[in-house]
Amino acid sequence: MSRKSWAAGLQRWPHSGVSLALSGGELTLLMGPSGSGKTTLLSILGCMLTPTEGTVRVCGRSTDGAGPEDLALLRREHVGFVFQSFHLFPTLSAADNVRLALDVRGEPSRSAKVRTREALARVGLSHKTSAFPRELSGGEQQRVAIARAIVGNPSIILADEPTAALDGENGQAIMKILAGISKEQERGVLIVTHDPRLLPFADRVVHIEDGRIVREERGGAKLQ
Amino acid sequence: MVFTLAFRNLFHDRLRFIATVIGIVFSIVLVTVQMGLYLGFGRTVTTMIDHASADLWIVPRGTKCFEDPSLLDTHERYRALAISGVAEAIPVVIGFADWRMPSGATTPVFVIGSDLRSGGLQPWNLVEGRIEALSTPRAVAVDRSYFDRLGISGMGATAEIRQQLVRVAAVTSGIRSFTTTPFVFMDVNRARAHTGVPSSKATYFLIRLSPDTDLDHVRSQLMSNIPDVEVLTPAEFRERSRTFWLFGTGAGAALFAGALLGVIVGTVIVAQTLYSSTKEHLNEFATLRAIGSSRRYIYKVIVWQALLSAVIGFSLAALIGAAIVQLTAATALPIVITPGLIVGLFLLTVVMCVGSAIAAIIQVTRVDPAIAFTR
Repeated sequence: MSRKSWAAGLQRWPHSGVSLALSGGELTLLMGPSGSGKTTLLSILGCMLTPTEGTVRVCGRSTDGAGPEDLALLRREHVGFVFQSFHLFPTLSAADNVRLALDVRGEPSRSAKVRTREALARVGLSHKTSAFPRELSGGEQQRVAIARAIVGNPSIILADEPTAALDGENGQAIMKILAGISKEQERGVLIVTHDPRLLPFADRVVHIEDGRIVREERGGAKLQ
Repeated sequence: MVFTLAFRNLFHDRLRFIATVIGIVFSIVLVTVQMGLYLGFGRTVTTMIDHASADLWIVPRGTKCFEDPSLLDTHERYRALAISGVAEAIPVVIGFADWRMPSGATTPVFVIGSDLRSGGLQPWNLVEGRIEALSTPRAVAVDRSYFDRLGISGMGATAEIRQQLVRVAAVTSGIRSFTTTPFVFMDVNRARAHTGVPSSKATYFLIRLSPDTDLDHVRSQLMSNIPDVEVLTPAEFRERSRTFWLFGTGAGAALFAGALLGVIVGTVIVAQTLYSSTKEHLNEFATLRAIGSSRRYIYKVIVWQALLSAVIGFSLAALIGAAIVQLTAATALPIVITPGLIVGLFLLTVVMCVGSAIAAIIQVTRVDPAIAFTR
């Protein structure tokens, strides 16, 4: 699959349809009121749920008929996740939390350690590799989570309200990192958010209501 | 990382970990004691057979165990000696009798009489005196662990059995009866006098074969030439005795029931703690699934937790078991632990712990990775 394109296909919501494509190098915000279907759509795009109708295609591979282990494989190879509550393992250090994403795909220990260091350096946490989550601030924990999401070189990164648990300053810092990853590494980044302060970082904003995409905007700073 | 994750999960909640280990230790120690008693009991009930010097035993038909008091006629001994290949047929007389102490009090003893010149069934582990001394008048051998019970102080002490004087001419160490009734060794003729067995009778004949004799052939000849007897190899008599005492009396069943109870209790405790630990870490397992781990990866974490618990629990149980063995070594019913039992117990611990993980594995199999987005 090329990093340039990642196409998520149709999920037919009651009375509506959704068609969404994500491209490498583009940061997309998915915005909408509570209950509009953002998280469900994210779960489908992230190959955690399969649509009742329609097709999800990841790197050219359809998820039609895919079982739980096939979906896990797709996630492992192509998708990185950043969660609202970080979801770090409290009993593992920052480095081990990041390395876990490589260990689940069977990465050899030596190369895993190198890639882990690089990922943590990318998010500015080289000095915190041995720290446990309880020793990290909220912003630092989210950076570790981002490092975990990118360490496996996924084609797409899906972030669910990544700044919701953070203060303004940390939120902005996280968004800078995600925007930088999107541009520098040419990954597709999709962020679910309510926060209009994130608009300046977006290349595209998709508005969803009641399971329907109602509006789509492009343009970055113009979207404020 | 699987091992690291399992290790950290296990020790994360110390109280739960301690509960898990206690469950395993309790279970394995209980099984160890029960199985050790079974082995110890099995050895103790056959100790006389094990220390008899015989290629075959002629026993009264229907004899259930060594302590069975049925009798044979001595002319059967001559029939046995007439068979080609039989070098010796040594009579053994056993029976209960009352030992009257110098103080006048009495206590039951188990008399064992054998032709000591032929070395059929002699006392072993002598710490004082000599076997030859038992051929002298009134001489007996007793174990020093029974001095108090017999009301004596040691070598040279006297007492009465059936109003006949006996004198301690040899002392042994470690010859214990599982019935707590002391063994008293003596010459076969004296044993008859003290137990009331007629001179024309004996309890057993120990058969020794000539060199290079076909045992099976001699055995079949003995059985065809001597009616109303059984001819057993030591192994067969040993097994029969053990089976009678362990299963005929229900003692063995009780021991196995206790062992089974230990296994069940241990499995339930470990299953419960593993299950609750998995439930507590369910969010983490959901995250693992969300980031793409296979189910197999998660199973490995849980199984490693179980294995670590097994190793730690077994190690502690083994220490306790070793202490128990030491404490019971000098008692009438020692707990015996063999290398085979240790290996078996370790495998049992592993199977128990990994089996306990099944409930946890089933739970985690159902975890929906999408819940990572809802928390």
